Amino acid sequence: MMAAPAAPSRTAEAEALGAALPALLVASDQLAATVALGGHGRRRAGLGDAFWQYRPAQPADPARMIDWRRSARGDQTFVREREAETAQTVMLWIDRSRAMAFTGAPSRPPKAERAALLGLALGALMLRAGERVGLMAEGGAGADPAAARRAAPRSGRAQLLRLAEAGDAPDPAEYGAPAPAGLAAHGQAVLISDFLGPFAPVAALLEQAAAQGVRGALVQILDPAEEDLPFAGRTIFESMGGAMRHETRSAADLRALYGDRLAARRAELDLAARRAGFVVTTHRTDAPAAQVLLWLWRMLDGAR
Amino acid sequence: MLVLGPIGFLAPVVLWGLLALPVLWWLLRAVPPAPVRRRFPGVALMLGLADRDAETARTPWWLLLLRLGALGLAILGFAGPVLDPEARLPGRDPVLYVLEGSWTDARDWGARTERLAALLEGSARAGQPASVVVLTDPPVAGSPLFQAAAEAQGRVAGLRPNPWLPADAAAWARTLEGRFETVWFVSGIDWPGRAETLEALAARGPVRLIGGNAPLIALAPAVFAEGRIALGAQSLPPSGVPAEVVARGPDPNGTERDLARIALAFDAEGAASAELDLPPEIRNRIARFAVSGVQSAAAVSLGDDSLRRRKVALLSGAATGDETLELLAPLHYLRQALAPSADLLDGALLESLAARPDVVILADVARLGEAEAEALGAWVEGGGLLVRFAGPRLARSDAGRAEADPLLPVRLREGGRSVGGAMSWGEPRALAPFAEGTPFAGLAIPAEVTVSAQVLAQPDPDLPARTIAALADGTPLVTRAALGEGQVVLYHVTANAEWSTLPLSGLFVQMLERLAVSLRSARPDAAELEGTLWTPVQVLDAFGRPGDAGRLAAVDGARLGAALAMGETARDLPPGIYASGERRIALNVVGEETALRPARWPVGTTVEEIAIPPERGLKGIALALALGLVALDALASLALGGRLRGAVAAQFGGVLLGGALLGGALLIGPSASRAQDSADAYAIRATPGFVLAHVLTGDAEVDAITARGLEGLGRVLERRTSIEPGPPVGVDLERDPIDFFTILYWPVTVDAPLPSAEAYARLGRYLRAGGMIVFDTRDDDLAAGGVATPEQARLRALAAPLDIPPLEPVPEDHVLTRTFYLLSDFPGRHPRTTVWVEAAPPEADRAEGVPFRTLNDGVTPVVIGGGDWAGAWAVDDLGMPILPVGRGPAGERQREFAYRFGVNLVMHVLTGNYKSDQVHVPALLERLGQ
Repeated sequence: MMAAPAAPSRTAEAEALGAALPALLVASDQLAATVALGGHGRRRAGLGDAFWQYRPAQPADPARMIDWRRSARGDQTFVREREAETAQTVMLWIDRSRAMAFTGAPSRPPKAERAALLGLALGALMLRAGERVGLMAEGGAGADPAAARRAAPRSGRAQLLRLAEAGDAPDPAEYGAPAPAGLAAHGQAVLISDFLGPFAPVAALLEQAAAQGVRGALVQILDPAEEDLPFAGRTIFESMGGAMRHETRSAADLRALYGDRLAARRAELDLAARRAGFVVTTHRTDAPAAQVLLWLWRMLDGAR
Repeated sequence: MLVLGPIGFLAPVVLWGLLALPVLWWLLRAVPPAPVRRRFPGVALMLGLADRDAETARTPWWLLLLRLGALGLAILGFAGPVLDPEARLPGRDPVLYVLEGSWTDARDWGARTERLAALLEGSARAGQPASVVVLTDPPVAGSPLFQAAAEAQGRVAGLRPNPWLPADAAAWARTLEGRFETVWFVSGIDWPGRAETLEALAARGPVRLIGGNAPLIALAPAVFAEGRIALGAQSLPPSGVPAEVVARGPDPNGTERDLARIALAFDAEGAASAELDLPPEIRNRIARFAVSGVQSAAAVSLGDDSLRRRKVALLSGAATGDETLELLAPLHYLRQALAPSADLLDGALLESLAARPDVVILADVARLGEAEAEALGAWVEGGGLLVRFAGPRLARSDAGRAEADPLLPVRLREGGRSVGGAMSWGEPRALAPFAEGTPFAGLAIPAEVTVSAQVLAQPDPDLPARTIAALADGTPLVTRAALGEGQVVLYHVTANAEWSTLPLSGLFVQMLERLAVSLRSARPDAAELEGTLWTPVQVLDAFGRPGDAGRLAAVDGARLGAALAMGETARDLPPGIYASGERRIALNVVGEETALRPARWPVGTTVEEIAIPPERGLKGIALALALGLVALDALASLALGGRLRGAVAAQFGGVLLGGALLGGALLIGPSASRAQDSADAYAIRATPGFVLAHVLTGDAEVDAITARGLEGLGRVLERRTSIEPGPPVGVDLERDPIDFFTILYWPVTVDAPLPSAEAYARLGRYLRAGGMIVFDTRDDDLAAGGVATPEQARLRALAAPLDIPPLEPVPEDHVLTRTFYLLSDFPGRHPRTTVWVEAAPPEADRAEGVPFRTLNDGVTPVVIGGGDWAGAWAVDDLGMPILPVGRGPAGERQREFAYRFGVNLVMHVLTGNYKSDQVHVPALLERLGQ
């Protein structure tokens, strides 16, 4: 449903938080459980728990590094190397702007709800895999550059709760834009939004990500109504905050033109993402969330 | 009204609204349908997109047409379109609308004026001058007749029919000049001068006749004959519908009521008659007869003296039982004269006065006792009429000699005189003509009336004023004086033919009538009323409604008499009640000799139906169509605006359908099914097997104890016998069916309400079908020999409507004593109770050596006693007795016997007379120790 973006009273907020968070956490956990945890080592020797290889001991190797059990089988001494498992920083941006509160039908969740679910499930997966997960803040005109992150990247199970809390606050802006300073260098970034708003902030972020060696994924969440424009007749379309409006005499005639615009936006997004080494997918809120989560996991895993 | 072809408009002004339609067209085109506002994030991508087609901003032409059509239809509808409006007269000649306006029109006056108004409306539209004339009240000849139809319209509402026929219509019609058309509302009844009027009107232009065919019912004056009231009526045209005649009059309190009703059935010729037999008290009160449901003077017949009979007390001075010849009896001629028209009272004066007579006649009574004179004086002063006749006794007595006797109008001279006799000096004297102003004025005096002897009045100064009849020589013959509110009249001759021949002539009767001593039943004719003046006291209007006569002038009796036969009423002789002194004559528009004749019109004349030809109003249809178009428009607008989608429409339809179905189900379903449910539940509860039932008395304590008692008895039955009753069931006699039970325990309480007739019907059916009711008055501790306790009295009231056979106390050999236990008495909480059961047939005999009679039939339908058995049986949930019985072990034994009686009772109900069968005799004999 179209949640009112206005901040409710503190108590009500707390109550809503307390009520929604566990449900959201449970849902995200359930969603995360559908994805089988695969290996996520760094494919090279390093600090870690998993066995990587035995290699002949070099003179520089300290004696305690020698795997005596393996070495005892032959004359050569071996060193047991473990796979490097450097924890990586994954920054999430979950669009909480007003536009995300839209749903085209009561049977479908608002885009924001789906985005939060997806983000938290991904966060849960990443945390479980030992990554550090943080939440980027909104950028845009009025945003505070200092508060580029809603939640600093940390690892551990408790971080999930912080993510959920931090991600619950809505963004009063019409359309969301990620804060450019929120990225962690050489980390990963996942941006979940409808990408219907101004494209420049997104393009800027992607450019910066490319510069900082950050890669990741973009998930465009769209309501089916936003793709199909199932309206007819004389209509005044208003943005969710009412700031923008467009009047048409026949909404049905607008469908094709709107479809063209949407396709153009996707192409734009695709191009910018590819340049920055990001992958893009579009998720409709009437499709199951597990599908896109699996895709995300595979893409991020592969990106490592 | 505007007329276009076959369609007229009642409110054509509204049609100007059609002019606004083009403006509306322009407005509707300019204003596109209202847009839908949608919150839609994708709007960011839409900015700058141009609509492909600029024309869609305008309302589509077909929607415009739809709306204009709806509005146009609404305007047409409100303009009041009618199909086939009232036909108009061609031409622009003035139109004379003629209403007969007599009582013959009254029955359908409303329809006439309605049609007249419609016609005037047409004239007003056509601009024809018009005039409305009521023939019974024609305008003054020569005055300007025609005016604008609109002005004539204003008069219609004030027109009223008059209760007389248009007698001088023809004369008035002949005074008319110029050319005009005539529309004549005819009554269908012939009246004098009708043909001439038609002729005169036809000379001025075409005449159009409009008439109704509602039957005119004319009620003839009621005639009193041979103790019955004969009613006659005519119907024109003959009507098969019977009419009901209502006799109305004041009740003893003075309120007008329906005193009697009688139906009149008309034969093929339209005549009907009926006879009404009423007691004199009611008959004398009848004020008028009226055909109920008909508003017409013709349907009302006022009652007058002809229906009334006065009570006349006759008293003679002659000793009763006189063996004189009857013809010489003082009262013989009076009786003969009065008997047909008055109720005569005989007997002592005081007794007669107690019967409140209207008139007291003393024939040759000279002296009255003091008490009698006083009572008579008081009665006269209270309004009575005392008529005295002279005679030998009065002549001899000294009554009124020296001083005036209040009961004699004049002082009398001693002795009287005799004329024409053997010793007299002259011829018997004839009567002088009656003077004007006397009651007898106008009566013709037969030549043979002579007076040969009379008593003479003292020539007092007021004698001439008191004389109302005199002999030819001026000697007073009849004198009269007022006394209080009444009057005293003295005939100076005898009431028999001894002194004069007056009693032998018809004049004698007429004079009595004039004095209102008698009221004659036959209709008086002109000659009889000659010389009298009659004042109307009540008049009828044409609708038959009585009204006050006001200040109408009195009419001459001769004229009134002449009008009576045919009901010839006129403006100065309206129908009503006319009074002259004490006498009343009713003048009705229908006289005894009136015969209704249908009006015959010249060949080729057609009489139009009075009812306005059916104008079919199209307003409803037009408005309904407009509404339908508006609904269509709403749907179309929704579709255009994108608000109407298949799902929404389906939902809407579903809601409507569902609502209708739900409404229907609510209307029909629940009550019937609920009643059915509860009846079923009750039947299931009542028939798990054998069930003991008791009647709910409404006394909660008694009901609870009874239920516990049956529970206790049930436990005993279950333990000791093969009967295993279910939980006892309380029965509400008004509500529950009792046919499921074999035994019904009925504790009698004093304040138990009597069951309704319906419940009694069920009880009767139950008893006839073999059910048993155990009545328990629970009061044997209080019953003392022969005196009924309140419960017993109540039992009698309760059981009275039931079909209960003859009863007897349980005989020693009754099967109830041995159905299970061998019992000799049947104690409950009270020992030694008498139990009554159906009496055995007297012919039952006892076999030799067998201790009981051969009674092989029937279970007693009722068992009546007062042992309070249920109280003795009652146990709580643990099986412990609730109420005490007796004292100590003896009490417990009594309780045991109470249970045994209960067991026997139930066994008796279930096995009937099985234990009466002879098969058991040996075993029983053995057990009885014989």
